[in-house]
Amino acid sequence: MSTIVITPPGRLNLPAWRELWESREVLYRFGVRDIVLRYRQTAVGVAWVILQPLAAAGIFAIVFGQVANLSSGNVPYFVFSLAGMLVWNLFNGIVGRSSSSLVANQALVSKVFFPRMLVPLSSVLSVLVDFLVATALFVVLLFVYGINPGWQVLTLPLWVAVAVVFASGIGLAASAVMVKYRDVNYALPWVMQILLYATPVAYTLDSVPRDLLWLFNLNPLTWLLECFRWAALGSPAPPAWQMFGIAGVAVLVFAAGTLVFQKMERGFADVI
Amino acid sequence: MNGAIRVSGLGKTYRIARSGQHVNRATEAVLQRLRHPLQRTEYEEFEALRDIDLQIGWGEAVGIVGRNGAGKSTLLKVLTRITAPSTGRIELGGRVGSLLEVGTGFHPELTGRENVYLNGTLLGMRRKEIQRRFDEIVDFAGVDRFLDTPVKRYSSGMYVRLAFSVAAHLETEILAIDEVLAVGDAEFQAKSIAKMREAARSGRTVLYVSHQAQTVSALCDSALFLDRGTVTFQGPVEDALAEYRRTFSSFQASQQDPSRRSGTGELRFTRAQITEETMDPTADKVVEFDVDANDEVVGSYFVSCHVNDADGNVVVQCDSRLVGMWLDPSTPQSAALRIKDLWLKPGRYTYDLYLCKAGILDAWEGAGAFEVLPKAPYPAVTSDEALTHGQVLADFEYERR
Repeated sequence: MSTIVITPPGRLNLPAWRELWESREVLYRFGVRDIVLRYRQTAVGVAWVILQPLAAAGIFAIVFGQVANLSSGNVPYFVFSLAGMLVWNLFNGIVGRSSSSLVANQALVSKVFFPRMLVPLSSVLSVLVDFLVATALFVVLLFVYGINPGWQVLTLPLWVAVAVVFASGIGLAASAVMVKYRDVNYALPWVMQILLYATPVAYTLDSVPRDLLWLFNLNPLTWLLECFRWAALGSPAPPAWQMFGIAGVAVLVFAAGTLVFQKMERGFADVI
Repeated sequence: MNGAIRVSGLGKTYRIARSGQHVNRATEAVLQRLRHPLQRTEYEEFEALRDIDLQIGWGEAVGIVGRNGAGKSTLLKVLTRITAPSTGRIELGGRVGSLLEVGTGFHPELTGRENVYLNGTLLGMRRKEIQRRFDEIVDFAGVDRFLDTPVKRYSSGMYVRLAFSVAAHLETEILAIDEVLAVGDAEFQAKSIAKMREAARSGRTVLYVSHQAQTVSALCDSALFLDRGTVTFQGPVEDALAEYRRTFSSFQASQQDPSRRSGTGELRFTRAQITEETMDPTADKVVEFDVDANDEVVGSYFVSCHVNDADGNVVVQCDSRLVGMWLDPSTPQSAALRIKDLWLKPGRYTYDLYLCKAGILDAWEGAGAFEVLPKAPYPAVTSDEALTHGQVLADFEYERR
């Protein structure tokens, strides 16, 4: 039987990894809860997960492909924008759901002890399930249109992992800040909306004017989108520094998010 | 380490931003920083717990008693790691399971079965433990026919029984309980207390916080008495309760000062008095009180009076809303409460006065005390045994049929 020692929090709190690992069941149960709740009304649940990216990709294909007449390289505009929406929804979904998760579960946080990091992290599971369902549809479309992305499709899980780690880092920090400042809940969706248009989700980087390109290249989400589409559609490969860059940024953001979360964590039960 | 819980020098301080400085929006925080770049938020410190040293062994059931605001719940929250201590060190000899509120983590849309797993996991059970004890849990709660029904369709009785049952089957080495035994009907309560005793007998340590002295004496072998954030007594339950009674007069004296009472303080009682300080069991109890005026308070307010027995159990609550009395805050008020047809058992009683609107404006605990004389108000004289059970006396008769 191990002895648990509780002392006042120090300045720098690193998460108790062993405790997190031992409580992984909580992560799983939270994830299952979210998934079950969403898919319980099965017909609507699954249809929504498929319909939402389809409709978004469709409207982007019409607006950017037909109205603005932009080029989507060598794949149909619809498939091109759907690939973008897939990874965007993954990123946006994790940020959105994890950031509001602590406030939504405040009764738990102030009544029961368990590693609090598991609350925002558990939102990843249900978003991932949505992503997998939508990806299955995407694969069908690849066959329908006869698109062969090539060997780099094998790197796809890597970019998915990068997106998850990146988004979780932001979600962790945002969820902790939201406990103290509730208006983050209104500001964050607005920032994400701006980012959706500031990132080449619905258009190619080639359509961006030359003199503005540097601005787009500053945005790490651009790197993520380029890497993802390179792997999923066989689009031209992004420069190697972007590939390594996005992985590095994701890890750094996750580490920073964890630190922010841990710094604020000890006060949660007193504030909520 | 021997012993289940060892606490040394434990303290918990809350920082409360001075009124008007509390900010809960990021935009406001940024604006305030821009406007007053050098000003730092000033905090008032509130010491909820101070210098607590404890040692509790295995297999002990320890009650934590004390008045409202003495720090009982804070102590339990620190021990169960819900909130972090400010100073000191706690060593726990095993996992701590907490039953701080029944049904935390229950989701109305999930079925009974799903909720048992979710809640059990949250309380610190492993999946295997839940699987092994699943039937026992369901059986104890008596909801086996409704396992696959969403709990939102449960009656409130079934809901709390299932929730409590999950918690009662925790296999953690230390169990912390906050006032939750008071759920369900009398039969279920008795079953729950038996369950907790069994936990202690099997070598686990039980910590129990309560305002109700009876459940503490029913469940615990020893007790801690907390007074304004410090442990002033640790020992047998009877002695802790005696300490509780003994400190009443100093507590009462401190509460005479309105600034030391809780509540927002927009209005305060200025006087409280019971007309007879010693009385017969059947006498009417008349409590007179005065309240000051405050033009800034909008709308009328109501008052409530609790009569407590010597161990702090609330015997009766007299809320003026029930009889339609509301008072106007713009003028000073003077009123009296007459409690009729309440037969109290002989002993010492105290009363608390509350002044409320949307929230509590003034909470005057221990506003006064009175003594009920040892006279039995019944026509026949018999042995004491006929009077030992029960909380109050009643005007009753038997009719032959």
